[in-house]
Amino acid sequence: MTNTIQPEALTFECETGNYHTFCPISCVSWLYQKIEDSFFLVIGTKTCGYFLQNAMGVMIFAEPRYAMAELEEGDISAKLNDYDELKRLSLQIKRDRNPSVIVWIGTCTTEIIKMDLEGLAPKLESEIGIPIVVARANGLDYAFTQGEDTVLAAMAARCPKQVLEAEKESRNGIQKLLSFGRKKEEVAAEKSEYVNYPPLVLFGSLPDPVVTQLTLELKKQGIKVSGWLPAKHYTELPVIEEGYYVAGVNPFLSRTATTLMRRRKCKLISAPFPIGPDGSRAWIEKICSVFGIEPQGLAEREKQIWQNLEDYIQLIRGKSVFFMGDNLLEISLARFLIRCGMTCSEVGIPYMDKRYQKAELEMLEKTCHEMGVSLPKIIEKPDNYNQIQRIYELQPDLVITGMAHANPLEARGINTKWSVEFTFAQIHGFTNARDILELVTRPLRRNNALKDLGWDKLVKEEAKV
Amino acid sequence: MKLAYWMYAGPAHIGTLRVASSFKNVHAIMHAPLGDDYFNVMRSMLERERNYTPVTASVVDRNVLARGSQEKVVDNIVRKDKEETPDLIVLTPTCTSSILQEDLENFVERAQIDAKGDVMLADVNHYRVNELQAADRTLEQIVKYYIEKAKKKGELPEGKTEKPSVNIIGVSTLGFHNQHDCTELKRLMTDLGIEINEVIPEGASVHNLKNLPRAWFNLTPYRELGVMAAKYLESEFGTPYIDITPMGVVETARCIRKIQQVVNAQGANVDYEEFIDNQTLHVSQAAWFSRSIDCQNLTGKKAVVFGDNTHAAAMTKILAREMGIHVVWAGTYCKYDADWFREQVSEYCDEVLISEDNGEIGDAIARVEPSAIFGTQMERHVGKRLDIPCGVIAAPIHIQNFPIGYKPFMGYEGTNQIADLVYNSFTLGMEDHLLEIFGGHDTKEVITKGISADSDLNWTKDAKAELNKVPGFVRGKVKRNTEKFARERGIGEISLEVMYAAKEAVGA
Repeated sequence: MTNTIQPEALTFECETGNYHTFCPISCVSWLYQKIEDSFFLVIGTKTCGYFLQNAMGVMIFAEPRYAMAELEEGDISAKLNDYDELKRLSLQIKRDRNPSVIVWIGTCTTEIIKMDLEGLAPKLESEIGIPIVVARANGLDYAFTQGEDTVLAAMAARCPKQVLEAEKESRNGIQKLLSFGRKKEEVAAEKSEYVNYPPLVLFGSLPDPVVTQLTLELKKQGIKVSGWLPAKHYTELPVIEEGYYVAGVNPFLSRTATTLMRRRKCKLISAPFPIGPDGSRAWIEKICSVFGIEPQGLAEREKQIWQNLEDYIQLIRGKSVFFMGDNLLEISLARFLIRCGMTCSEVGIPYMDKRYQKAELEMLEKTCHEMGVSLPKIIEKPDNYNQIQRIYELQPDLVITGMAHANPLEARGINTKWSVEFTFAQIHGFTNARDILELVTRPLRRNNALKDLGWDKLVKEEAKV
Repeated sequence: MKLAYWMYAGPAHIGTLRVASSFKNVHAIMHAPLGDDYFNVMRSMLERERNYTPVTASVVDRNVLARGSQEKVVDNIVRKDKEETPDLIVLTPTCTSSILQEDLENFVERAQIDAKGDVMLADVNHYRVNELQAADRTLEQIVKYYIEKAKKKGELPEGKTEKPSVNIIGVSTLGFHNQHDCTELKRLMTDLGIEINEVIPEGASVHNLKNLPRAWFNLTPYRELGVMAAKYLESEFGTPYIDITPMGVVETARCIRKIQQVVNAQGANVDYEEFIDNQTLHVSQAAWFSRSIDCQNLTGKKAVVFGDNTHAAAMTKILAREMGIHVVWAGTYCKYDADWFREQVSEYCDEVLISEDNGEIGDAIARVEPSAIFGTQMERHVGKRLDIPCGVIAAPIHIQNFPIGYKPFMGYEGTNQIADLVYNSFTLGMEDHLLEIFGGHDTKEVITKGISADSDLNWTKDAKAELNKVPGFVRGKVKRNTEKFARERGIGEISLEVMYAAKEAVGA
């Protein structure tokens, strides 16, 4: 670290936005798996299709419940009627797959030709009898994980307003999940264990095991999760009434949060995100504090998790990390890694919502002070070229970056970790803290194994600066 | 609008980027929204490239949409010119910029004023051409640009090289086994006493393009990429080009004979017959393999072939002509060049299939139940589901199709590699015997039309137990054969008796 003076507060900069990231339509890859009765129709061009096909790797062959509505020249020049075309494809999907919801993903092209998806959807929905949710997850406005945000914001509008009496039983999916195999009376008895407060709905798509883990974590504090947005099935979207509490589990969900607050009149619990044992504890504590609950046993739980991580932490303590930025998880990950004893000079991030991430930013600042390290610069809309010059200068021990830069950096002797893995791995809650470090330390462990071979720099001449 | 799950050829800009980034010190700037620079990921992952992919985006965002790119594209070009000092910057339109209809030509002209390197706009229409056509077009465009530039400056070298020489045109990044093919072709040319004048675009410098006319002839090994440039050079300088893909023993010989004819017509005096003979009989193992007992076992086995024009056509000929395999159908996704394909393979297969629809191809495979498939990664996955082995012969491809070891498809070493690929794809001898014991060879008729159709037949407990005794790798086949037998005879339940009857019926 060249910077020895500790700035008092975090600094934010904004560069040119010339950076590499995934297109937000990539969210279909995890959302179609999460929402099991959905079908995602991406309305775009060959470019979108090519990206999805290549980014999804083998998933494409598993009969995915997503497809491209590939626009042809006639669609662009409006020779063909959008409504008729979409109706034809949607009926085909209904016939072949019979989904409970079709999600239309708007792309750059539909934006530019101003295809009125939001206008067409309700008409078509009533005609074909399947809900059609419209999300504009395009590269003109969003980066990578923000795609999920646009989909969940659109879904938030579809959550039922009131519980129908008849549905009450079947709707309680999570409750059932946690009480499987037990008799009704026992479950009823258990309900009273929960503290009385307005219902809490969590938002953010996580793999089912992580949903269970986080739900159980809150249950230990006597907090009942009344629903998740999204649920396993579209037909199980949680009830959201005015006055409900909501909390986000991922840092990129600011539109969803805004929608829940403004349109569904929910109260947002602003907390750090449950990534790393520190984040998980802070997240639970914040939720507890809103409900006036004294958290039980959290300090011990956190301490124990840290102890279990010690072997990994030894590898990274005192080392430096550099985030080039592409998936919006960067602030939370930097905060966790600094707590692990790393230093961090730069956190690149595509988009920084200082309000939604407020608690997380405060925690980052606090963590830096407590660990006695200088605060990182937060670079919004980074410029990858400039970043690479800074990386050459700083020679960080680890660069967390996209695949476009990973191999070239490795060839120049710089350890890298592919950032997309953090999006797909299970990283939330106490249980998965080890998985984050497993990812972070992997390049260090691998390169430790090779370190005596003298194969650090594998390019003949350094690229021209 | 078209419902699509998968595509064989990528969008046009990918073709342009493949050509631009194959050249040394050429930078491509895409006029594209965030996320469209996925090409960099592919190149970095698939080719395990050590250097940064020389492709950046001039990002089209909401502001650009509202006000136009204005200075942004020009600034980005000039900036890249300063940072990397490339010889050439290729401004690459994408589907997005195609509809924005900004005057990219004007940006290029303005940027050229400040840029030290050359700046050019790739001339491709996103909605009319695919990756392969765009690549062909871009290569021609770059070649033409530098030939004309050299002409204007009077730097065009006079005359041909002293000894017979060749330009190898069409080797590019992310091309299927292109690097290995290139090495093999260079070796072949050296063996023939032919000098390599230039190889383009892979690894070439644009400064050397003016030397292209010095070659005695051009070799375009790939049907998809390079022919346009070769045609241009022919019309401009009268340089003949040879578009016979030297893939397989017979075609390699044909290619070499054509070279002989072309160079002798220009005053050389070469006779390659002895070389061809020696290579065919003693160096390459493929001709011997065709005669060996191993290959005898493949006689009349059914295969299907699908891929790009170059590889699908060459494989079809190899299978049918050199190995005695029965190619039931051969197909290509190069719809725009379908006539060429038909003409090439018609006599070597029962049926020609031209399609870009992976569902249609999957069903066509399920319908004929071949013993092996030669196709792209998509066909490999169809094969997995149907329990039919598949050798990958063409893009789209995955990282495993970028082997580190030397695996050309062309030239004489290529024939060895292909022989291995074919042999390993068919079920091996021992398995073959087991197949016979438990229910015969290729099924000859349709069982079900689709590939995902589930069985509606009941198996009795005994029959099921018997089926489970069949070794795993042939069990699917035995099951299908038995069910087909039952279906043909209207038998609803499969008992032990039915099973044996089926085995006898097929075996007989």
